[in-house]
Amino acid sequence: MADQAPVRPRDLESAVADLQQRFPDAVKPDTRKGFGGIIIDPAKLVEVATAIRDDLGYNYLSSATAVDYLGQGDHMEMVYHAFRAPEGGPGLVFKAQTPRDNASIPSLIRVWPGADFQEREAYDLHGIHFPGHPNMKRILLWEGFDGHPLRKDWREAYYEEDYKPFESRWPGGHVSRTEEFNPYGHNVRYPAGFDPNTYNPSDQHLYDGQNLGVDIEADPGLKTDRLTVNLGPQHPSTHGVFRMVAQLDGETVEDLEPVMGYLHRNHEQIGERNTWNMNMPFTDRLDYICSMSNNIGYALAVEGLLGKGATVPYRAEVIRVLMAELTRIMNHFWSIGFLLNDLGAFYTPSLYAIETREHILDFFEATSGSRMMCNYSRFGGVARDLPERIHSVVNLLNDKVRDENTMDYLTGLITELLPRAIDEYDRFLTDSEIIKTRAEGVGLLPPDMAIAYSAAGPVLRASGVAYDIRRAQPYSIYPELEFDVAVRYNGDVYDRYLIRIDEIRQSLRILKQILPKLEETKGQSIIGTKNPYSTKAPNGESYGHIENPKGELGFYVVSQGDGKNPWRYHVRAPSFINLTALGEMCKGHKIADVVAILGSIDIVLGETDR
Amino acid sequence: MYGLGIVKGLSVTLKHFVETFLDDIHWFGQRNSLATFQTKQGLGGKGMYTVQYPEEKIAVPERFRYIPFLVTYNNDDPEYPGKDWCTSCGICAKVCPPQCIWIVRGTDATTGRPKPEPEQFYIDIDICMNCGYCAEYCPFDAIRMDHDYELASYDRTGNHIYDHSKLTKEIRYWQAIAPTTAAEEMAARGGYDQTDTQKMRKKAGLPASRPGPTSDKPEAAPVAAAAVIPNAVVEAHPTEIPADRVAPEQAAAVSASISSTGSATTAEGKPIVRRRGNAGKAATPGATPSAAAPTTAAPAAAPTATPAAAALAPQQPTPAAPPSNVAASATPAATPEPSKPPAADLNKPATVVRRRNSPPPKKD
Repeated sequence: MADQAPVRPRDLESAVADLQQRFPDAVKPDTRKGFGGIIIDPAKLVEVATAIRDDLGYNYLSSATAVDYLGQGDHMEMVYHAFRAPEGGPGLVFKAQTPRDNASIPSLIRVWPGADFQEREAYDLHGIHFPGHPNMKRILLWEGFDGHPLRKDWREAYYEEDYKPFESRWPGGHVSRTEEFNPYGHNVRYPAGFDPNTYNPSDQHLYDGQNLGVDIEADPGLKTDRLTVNLGPQHPSTHGVFRMVAQLDGETVEDLEPVMGYLHRNHEQIGERNTWNMNMPFTDRLDYICSMSNNIGYALAVEGLLGKGATVPYRAEVIRVLMAELTRIMNHFWSIGFLLNDLGAFYTPSLYAIETREHILDFFEATSGSRMMCNYSRFGGVARDLPERIHSVVNLLNDKVRDENTMDYLTGLITELLPRAIDEYDRFLTDSEIIKTRAEGVGLLPPDMAIAYSAAGPVLRASGVAYDIRRAQPYSIYPELEFDVAVRYNGDVYDRYLIRIDEIRQSLRILKQILPKLEETKGQSIIGTKNPYSTKAPNGESYGHIENPKGELGFYVVSQGDGKNPWRYHVRAPSFINLTALGEMCKGHKIADVVAILGSIDIVLGETDR
Repeated sequence: MYGLGIVKGLSVTLKHFVETFLDDIHWFGQRNSLATFQTKQGLGGKGMYTVQYPEEKIAVPERFRYIPFLVTYNNDDPEYPGKDWCTSCGICAKVCPPQCIWIVRGTDATTGRPKPEPEQFYIDIDICMNCGYCAEYCPFDAIRMDHDYELASYDRTGNHIYDHSKLTKEIRYWQAIAPTTAAEEMAARGGYDQTDTQKMRKKAGLPASRPGPTSDKPEAAPVAAAAVIPNAVVEAHPTEIPADRVAPEQAAAVSASISSTGSATTAEGKPIVRRRGNAGKAATPGATPSAAAPTTAAPAAAPTATPAAAALAPQQPTPAAPPSNVAASATPAATPEPSKPPAADLNKPATVVRRRNSPPPKKD
């Protein structure tokens, strides 16, 4: 068998060389300063992408996003990051360019179904058309939105300035509430021909292509009415403002489409207006459960741009791993708790989970100043060292004070409380027949499909693909830490539950190795830069991605011009991309299982909608 | 056997259930003790424990960050009472991610030159995202994150834009809510005083920094003191202080030092501007020039010491300053400073008054 398989080039260079040899006209290297990868002629994109996937083995499309190079070449560019799963190794970056007017790039949805939502997002925010995409419509914004906000020449209705820091937010010379500058009803602009008064949100566009209105007489196989059910946007099981349009045959789901964007705030546009530094607290607001590791992901991306200018000292790496793994434990506790909520185990498991999580948050609060909006990483390190003591004083009217040694607290947390909590949780839930009945065999996602749909994190690994960025493209000090990549093989809701238990145990293993390192490095530097308040990044691109608890969190950043602000700031959000496979996972299951399947993906709408 | 898993799971809930009651018995009658809270909310906690907010509140850890506030010297500081630590450099406004800070640099009324203290400082707390960058990047430790998280108000239109007076808090407040951090910062600054003040003191030939009060020794004020502005006076009707309350000797001394040290003023440049800022600040609302003068008082020259507010309030009309002024003129660099600000305040009290008790922002 082995000799029949095509001989894959082992490393990235030979893969690129191989590609250039096979497609001499269509493939050329990206020679811009600070950039890498290859640029592919859009006419041959699908062909080359198929070769990249099948012959070169870069079978996992991590991220696909668009960049508008207005004034820097005046073209739109789609940037794809493909990796090998589960082998790992460096990724292949390929790009396709198109003029800004009538921007159009062939859709890669046939090669990677995981490109589905990402291409729709690029269409929505950048206005690039993707011929070949079966469902080309807006995904985050609504139909009454004028223009494509990530185009560099787009201006919102209430426009202040292109870049922060603003000359003045209050140019009138006195301070007023923004609401007064920006009154309700005038802070919006509609596309030509759109009248909000006559707009009837019939949602017909959602049902187009869902094969509704089937003539029942003519379809003898259909024993019942085919009906459409909207789960959400307000629904207790959607973990936020999220909607699923399910097309049912009786109780069985025939098709399901996620509808999102209710919490959209154009995070990326805000990010491109901000300076580099200012984005850090904004990343807290993405996946607000895991703000600590969001910070690390963004810091990694920008450190990739800054290069030697931002070397992270060892102690900062240790602290980052400590924070990232505590976040993972916390997130998994949370997600299991709420998965059980969705399964009907109302609030007992989730309150046990929240109780445990609270101990971790106490530590975060004492270290970073905030339980959830940590804003803790900086380029080249972390904001502050761990406090000597977790300490509060009586002030105002607060009387409940505490004072504990931080290292004692951490040791107690990692070696006693958390292992005990996870054991108890395991005993509480894992063998329960009710949970097994509800979860086993539900929401199947086979491994090849998981890879094709760009599923990440626990969803991918529960399907038997041992792809973990901590091992596949190691960052920080993970190479020197001993842990296993947790894998489960059935790819159902139950395995997605089990893998989170496994990952908590692995994280605890890591943390136990981190504790002595924290002691060893005590007093060492925690930041490798002078950490000036205005960071200037050299021109170039960087993709920083980490294994966030919910999956691969990637930040694609581009610096152009004076480098004070990000030219492009893209978030590869695991919650968002994991939803691509939701429809497939739900097909054929009962409507009641949809809730469980969604719960097992573990989404946070702050990150999904951005 | 089918159902065993459920039983196993239920044993966990039963354990929690029983444990709660057993633990309640264990702590019976001690619900309100601090030890109960610390144990039950800590890692060893068992059972359930509810903090009865708002009757009880968990004190936030020292590094907790909420809305920023501006640090000033204590109002009973013997040398720089109530002086802003902010030099209006504007870094906080530049780094602020949601851009919620509005700052206007003060202008010296006599020279028209900018002076290193804010004339206006507003923070729109509806925009503030509590990231803490302003405090982190402030080179003067002049803006810090508050711990007061109860900001709800009945009126969102006026109450949520904090002006300078609402933002201002004494350094002792920061030392009280974050003793460890305040001590660390003090060590990093190289002393109690604000960095700029330290430079200025050095130039004036004084010790760079005074020992200053700390959180554990809040009364350890330096010996040098001539007059103090009690907090109450600062806040109360500043415009009502008539000019004739200024002692004539003081006015004379002021004009004399202006004429005699006019060249020195320009030569000294920065430090003088800064010092002028101090004095101007010191002379704010409640303070008469006599209160402003001690900015230069060398420790030895200081006649009075105890900063007891009530006792000192009546002293204000009395010209206690001239002697210290004379004494200070022995230190050459320090001579010019006390002169102008009082004069400026006499002529144009409005500039100062507006800064301290600025009217609420206009709403068009």
